[in-house]
Amino acid sequence: MNLINEFKDPALCRHILEQIQAEARTPFRVMEVCGTHTVAIFQSGIKSLLPENLTHISGPGCPVCVTSDQEVGAFLNLAGKNLLLATFGDLMRVPGPGGHSLKAAQAEGARIQVVYSAFDALQLALSNPRDKVVFLAVGFETTAPTVAATLKIAREQSVSNFFVLSMHKLVPPALAALAADRDIQVNGLLLPGHVSAIIGVEPYSFLSREFNISGVITGFEPLDMLQSILILLRLSKQKQPKVVNNYKRVVADQGNPRALAVMQEVFIPGDALWRGLGNIPVSGLKLRKEYNQFDAWQVFDPKAPDIQMPPGCKCGQVLKGQILPHECPLFRVGCTPASPVGPCMVSTEGSCAAFFKYSL
Amino acid sequence: MSHKVLLDYGSGGRASHRLIRDLFLKHLHSPGLSRLDDAALIQDLSGPLAMSTDTFTIYPLFFPGGDIGSLAVHGTVNDVAMLGAVPKYLSCAFLLEEGLEMHELEKIVRSMALAANNCGVQVITGDTKVVPRGAADRIFINTTGIGRVIADPAPSGSSAEPGDAVLISGTMGDHGLAVLAHRQGMDFETAIISDSRPLNDLTVQLIREVGQIHVFRDPTRGGLATTLNEIALQSALEIIILEDRIPVSQEVQAGCSFLGLDPLYMANEGKFICILPEILADKALKVMRSHTAGKDAALIGHVQEGHRGRVVLRTSLGGQRLLDMLEGEQLPRIC
Ligand code: SF4
Repeated sequence: MNLINEFKDPALCRHILEQIQAEARTPFRVMEVCGTHTVAIFQSGIKSLLPENLTHISGPGCPVCVTSDQEVGAFLNLAGKNLLLATFGDLMRVPGPGGHSLKAAQAEGARIQVVYSAFDALQLALSNPRDKVVFLAVGFETTAPTVAATLKIAREQSVSNFFVLSMHKLVPPALAALAADRDIQVNGLLLPGHVSAIIGVEPYSFLSREFNISGVITGFEPLDMLQSILILLRLSKQKQPKVVNNYKRVVADQGNPRALAVMQEVFIPGDALWRGLGNIPVSGLKLRKEYNQFDAWQVFDPKAPDIQMPPGCKCGQVLKGQILPHECPLFRVGCTPASPVGPCMVSTEGSCAAFFKYSL
Repeated sequence: MSHKVLLDYGSGGRASHRLIRDLFLKHLHSPGLSRLDDAALIQDLSGPLAMSTDTFTIYPLFFPGGDIGSLAVHGTVNDVAMLGAVPKYLSCAFLLEEGLEMHELEKIVRSMALAANNCGVQVITGDTKVVPRGAADRIFINTTGIGRVIADPAPSGSSAEPGDAVLISGTMGDHGLAVLAHRQGMDFETAIISDSRPLNDLTVQLIREVGQIHVFRDPTRGGLATTLNEIALQSALEIIILEDRIPVSQEVQAGCSFLGLDPLYMANEGKFICILPEILADKALKVMRSHTAGKDAALIGHVQEGHRGRVVLRTSLGGQRLLDMLEGEQLPRIC
């Protein structure tokens, strides 16, 4: 059996869509908080098939988009320090103060290498022993364990020219902040499959318990997403908020204990600044003090200047689902993927970029 | 000869001559090249001609299904073919970095010779420069191709018409994923192999046996999506594409879904888009499918008046979305 095809099956999907249509009698707002969901919903065409009553919102699910201005300022600051920076490609064009970006810094002579994982960055350090290599670590619980594992290796091997600028963020605390915000109207949440594969189900339980919001852990094939939307609609109708794991073929209820262990061994939760959401307590990951020598924040002390976003950018409101991307006055006018004003237009997983790229 | 490329080899002196004789002429010999004049003499081409040039840089130089040498030949030959021409001659310029392994260079030149032979073209003039270490990345190759246009009118990206059918000669994304996977040292269960190959034999056959080809285009960098957008813009028409008709091999599908990449934006080096009147679509498909270069050919959509310059994808679920051009390079997902 080909699992991937099974979960793309058009007939099955249409069947679920009909049920969604039948259930969505009143306005219902569903939010996903994962860049891969954002892209998948557009890419599969689901977006164009949802009934009018059902509004799909992309929340703070793209690691690049939620990276705060201070953090952007900090890594741009590092780019001026004669270091070799290793980064995911998506960060290259994120605009910082004065529209500056890593890409611009590179053109001015900064040494920046695009990598696909933290491990690639460590390799880079090993093959350039005379350089100090700093890995710009953005991402949620999905990427943090591999960064942690890489740091463990670096420590075991006493690598002295490898550093990590941790800008990692945690999903559940951000969901708690969203749920507590009275301005944000969300009726149900599609919970991120990859993140959940690491953390499991329990960390979301507060959603239904404290906030009466249902959440469904969801995979990335069309059928996964449609089924989860249907589950959310039914739970809401029954007025029985619940957190459901609808991605059992990948997500174990207890998550991935080994990944969690290595993450806890290397990182310690701390406050973090989120774009749009502001400071959220214990929503980020810092390196434990045993790892001080690898901590780019400690070693290089990059100034994280207090800077303002370009006037008019509404990324913050977009990330909270208060407005849809095309409601931003700059969308398509002053802000396009070619000359992005805010990070939501830069990252391929950003909501503005997805809207721009896929909407008819 | 030294086992590495030295700066002397580009000097124009004896060392250069040795390199030309013992390497380039040895493999790429043709009556034109052997004359060793300053320019090649072409006496047998007349009428409308098509000419195309391209410079090739790729990392890694060798990848499953090809190397920079075969790519440099196929790439330019195919570009000439897309104008409805029979590619005939190539020029070939090498920019070599001092220190390049001679056996690698020889392997590349040998592969170019084989590719040229398969395409039925001759390399008739060339050039070699050697730059100091660090001034180039091992080897860059420029090829220019020329051939006689046999289609009348010559196909062009601006000649699509409402009611035309959009055909594609085979599976999408193989080259791009093969190179990416090889570069990253990723191992998939089944090897993914570049589709780099000549297309001129099949395009010529289509022109002769079917005719009325409005557009030929090979969806190289930027993939199918980008090339379709270029055609839609040039022709100022709308193109509708049906997702489930687009051939993508299971391996590429799985690899792309694992990496969060879209095969419709991945480069191809041995496929082409053919746009022609709908009534000729079946005939063209038959011709394509009976040729090795087109055995997986499919009708994937049509051209209509609609919204100018736009490509719309009907997804397998029945949804619709824009199939836009990419801003920059496609990046693997991080979430
Ligand atoms: S359209 Fe541009 S400026 Fe407006 S919210 Fe999106 S990224 Fe920010």
